[in-house]
Amino acid sequence: MSINSNDFQYLQNFLKTSSGLIVNPEKEYLLKSRLEPLARSNGMNSIAELVVGMKGAASTELKGFVTDAMTTNESLFFRDKTPFDHFENIMMPYFLEARRTRKRLRVWCAASSTGQEPYSLAMSIKEEAAKYMGWKFEILGTDISKTVLKKAATGEYTQFEVQRGLPIKLLLKYFTQQGENWVLNNDIRSMVRYKEGNLLENFASIGTFDIVFCRNVLIYFDLETKREVLNKIARQMEKDSYLLLGAAETVMGVCDKFEAVKGTRGLYKLVG
Amino acid sequence: MKKCLVVDDSSVIRKVARRVLEELEFEILEAGDGQQALDQCKVDMPEAILLDWNMPVMDGLEFLVQLRSSENGAKPKVIFCTTENDISHIAQAVQAGADEYIMKPFDREILENKFQEVGLL
Repeated sequence: MSINSNDFQYLQNFLKTSSGLIVNPEKEYLLKSRLEPLARSNGMNSIAELVVGMKGAASTELKGFVTDAMTTNESLFFRDKTPFDHFENIMMPYFLEARRTRKRLRVWCAASSTGQEPYSLAMSIKEEAAKYMGWKFEILGTDISKTVLKKAATGEYTQFEVQRGLPIKLLLKYFTQQGENWVLNNDIRSMVRYKEGNLLENFASIGTFDIVFCRNVLIYFDLETKREVLNKIARQMEKDSYLLLGAAETVMGVCDKFEAVKGTRGLYKLVG
Repeated sequence: MKKCLVVDDSSVIRKVARRVLEELEFEILEAGDGQQALDQCKVDMPEAILLDWNMPVMDGLEFLVQLRSSENGAKPKVIFCTTENDISHIAQAVQAGADEYIMKPFDREILENKFQEVGLL
């Protein structure tokens, strides 16, 4: 059953204002595939009923579920590999020198989803612990979805999830088996802190960072929203800091506060 | 074309793995147990070995130990692919010289990912 045009428009507007997500008519299948199961699990028979519920008096929770369902994307450990190579081979050597007196580094994973990205960074740091003696690392993961943040904080993953991108030696080293699942050990889990955060809202309170990972988020926004979000991220960055975007994303023609780092993919430096 | 030896006593699993790995441009050789696999390696050492654990005649771990101590036996990347999914089995396999480890059930993405992990893709 297709979604009637009034309901489609309502959902489109709601998602744009609540999360910046752009849903074009050709993405109707995505609304259906994610919201039909959500409707059913809330005792409703259709997306039409779901929309009625969202317009009703007790709608806050339901709206939260809809945002969650539409903004949650599958994540994997060491996704795309290259960003983590850039972290180890470009960013860390730079900061080891540039922050040698402060010996403190703050990393922000904007849209950290179920935690694989911040935990991958934490494991990368741990693997090179000898280089970082006396250093303090803070990794902050933020996401718009409470559901994924909750899962991220548990550090618990299924057998399928730990086989996506995670080398077996790191699984052996940093995870403990619990029944069918695998749980990250506390020394890695305690390196990451999570906080609910919507990139469309004010996030000045989280402070400033040396490294920002914001991957595969901007692709869902329109040009104006991309620009607004990039400008806001820039304000949370130290003057010589790095920004990492997803492989399909760029700042070119969107925001002039960043400069691409030559010979890399997706890595930018703040230029002021 | 790189060669991959698929070692599993189940012909169904061998067929599934063959289908995926051929798409990833591997030439596939098959063996039904560890002994057959060793014989195969003596004739023609592959670049990769996808290895089940529990098999008749000779199991995967025994095969791996013998392979690693044989001539040119250090060369192939060995990826275990087994229902043995507890940490002690995994540790034992890695210690014996396995490069990666897949816990069944697996899908195409996991297989592809693990072959990337060992540097063959």
